[in-house]
Amino acid sequence: MNTQFWVVQAFNGVSYGALLFLVGSGLSLIFGVMRIVNLSHGAYFLWGGYIALSIIAATGSWALSLPLAALAVALIGLVMERLFLRSEGFEFIRNAVIGLGLGLLAALAAVRGHFIGAGWVQFAVVTALVTMVFFFVFSRVSIIPIETDVLRQVLLTVGFAFLFQQGALDIWGGNNMDINPPSALTQSIVVGGTYLPLYRVFMIGMALTFGIVLWLVMEKTRMGAAVRATVDDAQMARGVGIDTNRISMFIFALGAFLAALGGVIGGAFLGIYPGLDFEILPLAFAVVIIGGMGSLGGAAIGALAVGLADNFGKALFPEVSYFTLYAPMVLILAIKPTGLFGRD
Amino acid sequence: MANQQFKILIVAATLATLVLIVPHSGSFVVLLATRAMAFAILAMSVDLLLGFTGLSSMGQAAYFGVGAYLTAVLATKFHFGLGWDFWIVVILGILLGAALAALFGLFAIRAGGVYFLMITLALGQCVWGLAYRWNSLTGGDNGINMSGRPNFGLDLGNEVTFFYLVFAFFAVSMALMYVLVRSPFGQSLAGIRERELRMQILGYNTWLHKYIAFIIAGGFGGLAGVLWAQTNGHVSPETVVLTTSVDSLLMVVLGGSGTLVGAAIGTAIVFGLREYLSTLVPWWQYVLGGVYVLTILYLPMGLMGLLSGVRQRFGSQGKGEGLKKLATKPS
Repeated sequence: MNTQFWVVQAFNGVSYGALLFLVGSGLSLIFGVMRIVNLSHGAYFLWGGYIALSIIAATGSWALSLPLAALAVALIGLVMERLFLRSEGFEFIRNAVIGLGLGLLAALAAVRGHFIGAGWVQFAVVTALVTMVFFFVFSRVSIIPIETDVLRQVLLTVGFAFLFQQGALDIWGGNNMDINPPSALTQSIVVGGTYLPLYRVFMIGMALTFGIVLWLVMEKTRMGAAVRATVDDAQMARGVGIDTNRISMFIFALGAFLAALGGVIGGAFLGIYPGLDFEILPLAFAVVIIGGMGSLGGAAIGALAVGLADNFGKALFPEVSYFTLYAPMVLILAIKPTGLFGRD
Repeated sequence: MANQQFKILIVAATLATLVLIVPHSGSFVVLLATRAMAFAILAMSVDLLLGFTGLSSMGQAAYFGVGAYLTAVLATKFHFGLGWDFWIVVILGILLGAALAALFGLFAIRAGGVYFLMITLALGQCVWGLAYRWNSLTGGDNGINMSGRPNFGLDLGNEVTFFYLVFAFFAVSMALMYVLVRSPFGQSLAGIRERELRMQILGYNTWLHKYIAFIIAGGFGGLAGVLWAQTNGHVSPETVVLTTSVDSLLMVVLGGSGTLVGAAIGTAIVFGLREYLSTLVPWWQYVLGGVYVLTILYLPMGLMGLLSGVRQRFGSQGKGEGLKKLATKPS
């Protein structure tokens, strides 16, 4: 264990932390602004990677896949937020979407059970009928808002995580896939006799860029001030005329965007495979919890800490490596439940 | 109170029907019922915290996991717990689950609301991390394969015999937890769930009450883990993952939190859907995800809440208590 070992491990830890920052900062902002514990965040990461793979397969351009995949997932996040998490004014569409989902499942089940043939006309008729029935029923049910109930948010977003997981399995299959970045990024640079993969340098660069841009937006713009006000006290922010509803929509989409970006970037060295979503999710939560929910600077510190702890843990104490990651997290929470930089 | 006795009678009759019918069904049904009942003990322990104390724990799989790993490690490494000493393993499992909860509770109980959720998540991940990585003890990702079930005159290798055993544990656990929540201690837990500050003003040490409830739930979690390991004959980090904890929470909410019976019903439904559908169609997880979404949006008080709502509507004696409170305490 010479200096080289420490340098390489520290570098790997920092670059992994850079990836975790992208995933964790979005999760942190979402919690800060909306008070929503979003367990489908890992699914956004996974879908970002998968959509990027499809875009690369279609266009051959890795550079194009980066923004497009992230935007696509941001759109998914936006729709999910509007229809299911903050659905005032959209109950009609929400009920229709859920009804349609149930209609499709019922039709699939009917085909599987040989109640109807495999023709698409019968399929469509069954779908439409069941959809209408459920739509009618749901329109008669009033819903208790989930905004104030953390547990219901958790379970709802877990439900969506399962739906996303199965969706990804059906669309892209169950194989382990890799995103191949352009060859220019796969080389190594030599710094002081140590080989550093250029791709990891790129990851750090991306995280730094996004971190600085986010920080500037949050600290220096009117929009950022409104977001910070919402994090501190949403009710008061509404009182002084800030449209917190629009801010929460924007932040949720931004969080999904960042997670998907992480998925595209991380897919090159983690691979993209079923189950990755629930592997990355606890790590993202570790970042958020250590840093404090709703704090961008906290997310950066948290990501760095988790990245380093993960790398050194695996290198030094492989048998207890995840324990060395989560145990400090417990200690921090026990001493300061709001995390290092969180405010209650 | 006559109403309450009537409810107990219904539950007892349902259980009796189950124990009469299931053994004569196919082996698939027997195994499914055994698995569901072992897991239902965990779900009821979650309900003890969520429904009766107002604590939503995201790390209940930890106690489940230590119970399961304890059984597997003792059986494979020390050949312990394969005969009559199975009963010692059961007691050890309960004690270990409770001891772990006693340790974790020191960190967790202080926090409230979303922070309790987060800290229990982190604690659960600690146990998962050890299970996943501590290769020499836990077999890492592959887990531990156990060879056969205990045999102490009673051959538990026989699926039906084993079903009776797990059923007995399930019924006794349910009865014990029922007695617990009806006791003065249980009533004080309900008071904490409804309004912790008022209980503090009344002079209750609410921290201690929650801590004790947490430990008891951990003990039942450990018991469920021991039975789970014996049911499957295999223990892997999958037992301890985050989704196990989340699943148990959903089962409670689906059945109706604060009812115990609801937790068992929720477990039966989720297991039935998952195990039965996964043999039929590849897209079963849509159904599971759908159950999550539908329950949370349209059935926040669960099936038992629906039942009491119906009773209330049609003017029976039921007071529909379930309808008056949210499924969980808003934080």
